[in-house]
Amino acid sequence: MPSTVPSGALPAPQRLPQLRTMLRIRRFEEALIDLAQAHDVGHFHVYIGQEATGVPALALLEDGDVAYSTHRNHGHLLARGVDPNAMLAEILGRATGTNGGKGGTLHLASPAHGFPTTSASVGGPLPIAVGSAFAFRELGRDRVSVALFGDGALEEGAWHEAANIAALRQLPVVFLCENNSVGAVTQQAGDYPSSTLAVGTLADLARPFGIPAAVIDGSDSDAVHAAMSDALVRARSGDGPSFIEARTVRWPGNQGIWAELVTGRVQVHYGWDAATIPDPHRAWFAEHDPVVRAVREALAAGAGRDAIAAIDADATREMAAAVAFALASPWPDADEAFANLYADPRVNALATGRRAAK
Amino acid sequence: MTATEIRMVDAIREAMRAELAADPSVVLLGEDVSVGGPFGATKGLQDEFGAARIRDTPISEAAVMGLAVGAAAAGLRPIVEIMFMDFATLALDQLVNHAAKLRYMSGGQLSIPLTVRMQAGASGAFGAHHSQSLEAWLAHVPGLKVVAASTPADAYGLLRAAIRDPDPVVVIEHRALYWGRGPVETGEAAIVPLASAVVRRPGIDATIVSWSRMTVTALAAADLLAAEGIQAEVIDLRGLQPMDTATVLASVRRTGRAVVAHEAVGFGGLGAEVAARIGEDAFDALRAPVERVAAPFTPVPAAPDLERAFVPDAAAIAAAVRRTLARPDPRRRSLEEGR
Repeated sequence: MPSTVPSGALPAPQRLPQLRTMLRIRRFEEALIDLAQAHDVGHFHVYIGQEATGVPALALLEDGDVAYSTHRNHGHLLARGVDPNAMLAEILGRATGTNGGKGGTLHLASPAHGFPTTSASVGGPLPIAVGSAFAFRELGRDRVSVALFGDGALEEGAWHEAANIAALRQLPVVFLCENNSVGAVTQQAGDYPSSTLAVGTLADLARPFGIPAAVIDGSDSDAVHAAMSDALVRARSGDGPSFIEARTVRWPGNQGIWAELVTGRVQVHYGWDAATIPDPHRAWFAEHDPVVRAVREALAAGAGRDAIAAIDADATREMAAAVAFALASPWPDADEAFANLYADPRVNALATGRRAAK
Repeated sequence: MTATEIRMVDAIREAMRAELAADPSVVLLGEDVSVGGPFGATKGLQDEFGAARIRDTPISEAAVMGLAVGAAAAGLRPIVEIMFMDFATLALDQLVNHAAKLRYMSGGQLSIPLTVRMQAGASGAFGAHHSQSLEAWLAHVPGLKVVAASTPADAYGLLRAAIRDPDPVVVIEHRALYWGRGPVETGEAAIVPLASAVVRRPGIDATIVSWSRMTVTALAAADLLAAEGIQAEVIDLRGLQPMDTATVLASVRRTGRAVVAHEAVGFGGLGAEVAARIGEDAFDALRAPVERVAAPFTPVPAAPDLERAFVPDAAAIAAAVRRTLARPDPRRRSLEEGR
């Protein structure tokens, strides 16, 4: 029963599997950035630098739990087992995509994996996540709903309204704020380059509602595991919502409006041979990169360098295959644009003035 | 079941009662719904169905709409009451960006069976924040369905259909109609399909297309015209998105003249859409340009006299019909010019 998982360090047997998931996310995003050089994928957002938040946190969810994410959703979906082939195909707008090409990078969704939708309106998923928690309560299901969002979401009023209802009704929801602001770790109120919020510690926003809040290092798998375990125990035992502010140091390639692979690809040997880290971004890799940190932690837990190199090679191959799959996939049929607007194809035809495809 | 004469506000409550009783996943969320709301539409429902299913919410339109979206995604069939349509403005991110699009963006993997009741329209000197008719905004959003009833029977039948529908449906209720009585049958046979216009009064000289309270006004205009020997056909659209244009076009092909009357302001209103559809698909039948009757392009004024002047009346609709009839028949004119 995960509801009895004690808070504390990530259990040792999970380190290598979770490192593997983190590497899969990293190799996916690196591959995507390369792919975007030559293909039209629109404006996309990568999860690089936040892998140690999403992976340990979402690993604690059970079948039937849901999570709502935002524009920066790729890592979340991969962490819960969504097929990278279908994800890359969706990002490239192919018929084989998770959503037939109609969602795109900003709206990757897989209800079967507990991601009913991902939203690009930043604060939008917060009330929706609370709504699913409400439904679980009403339907008598022992399930939890998780809102995944960035620091910017707290600048929208939806947060205030959603927190109020979650607290009033003591709903089983976890607000997991991934604070990836530039300089999040040393932020000062009013001196906050990414998020323009006159609040020094974002977690303080939860306290007036009586929502237990934790501020943790989002690149520390142990801290994430512990905080999320506590939050889930609270939710599953009827003790209401929790708020976690997971701070990460923004990956240098995410400083601009468009993601760029300015650091080059991460190398797993940075984790055992820091001297090999190339210069301009040495500090980020050595001190802040959650993947390099997870490599070090896996080594300390007894994993071998060869084993780590092997899972990394697998992840790299898997994502190269996903790129090939996506590029070889067909475009959606033109009629697909007119499908699934409403449940009834006859209503679609009436509203769009277009006959259903088949 | 035999029809009894009841008020529209009671018909709305009876529709919710029927669906709440039939389906345990139906819940009602809104401000003050436990005590009936400002007009009594939900009165008594909490006593009958309990506080878990008839939920008072904070004054948080955005979060309540989002709550309903998330609840619908997880298996409930929520009815949200927006106390005044004017406050739907606060919930538009959830309604427009989320409820409307989740089925489509997910590639058909997600259903949002959500009903949003909104009380709307000008009457009673409520002023500019409690009187707007914003149906054109919502009907403009692919993925939403929008309906508006003009009779208690339709209020009952459309609302039941909305609650059962697998997609988000906005049900617009006009408060000036709440206390009007009409025959209402209950039961399955009384359910009204969402996109089904109805001919309220047959006629041969001109077609008046309207919905909600303006249908009542259009029928009064038809009475005025009948006294002059003009037989106007009155169509109640009922469904605004999707829209049953076939019924409109069939009528205009018979009458050759059309007036669209609505309480929303004219610019960008649904009257423009109806007129355009007639122009596109029944141009050859037209003997005069399509006339629009709509509110002036201002906020709704509070003063009772100004409010009365704001809302189109029967005389204005009748005058528009007369204008279409006063127009020389273009075919006759071309015949005369060719002579």
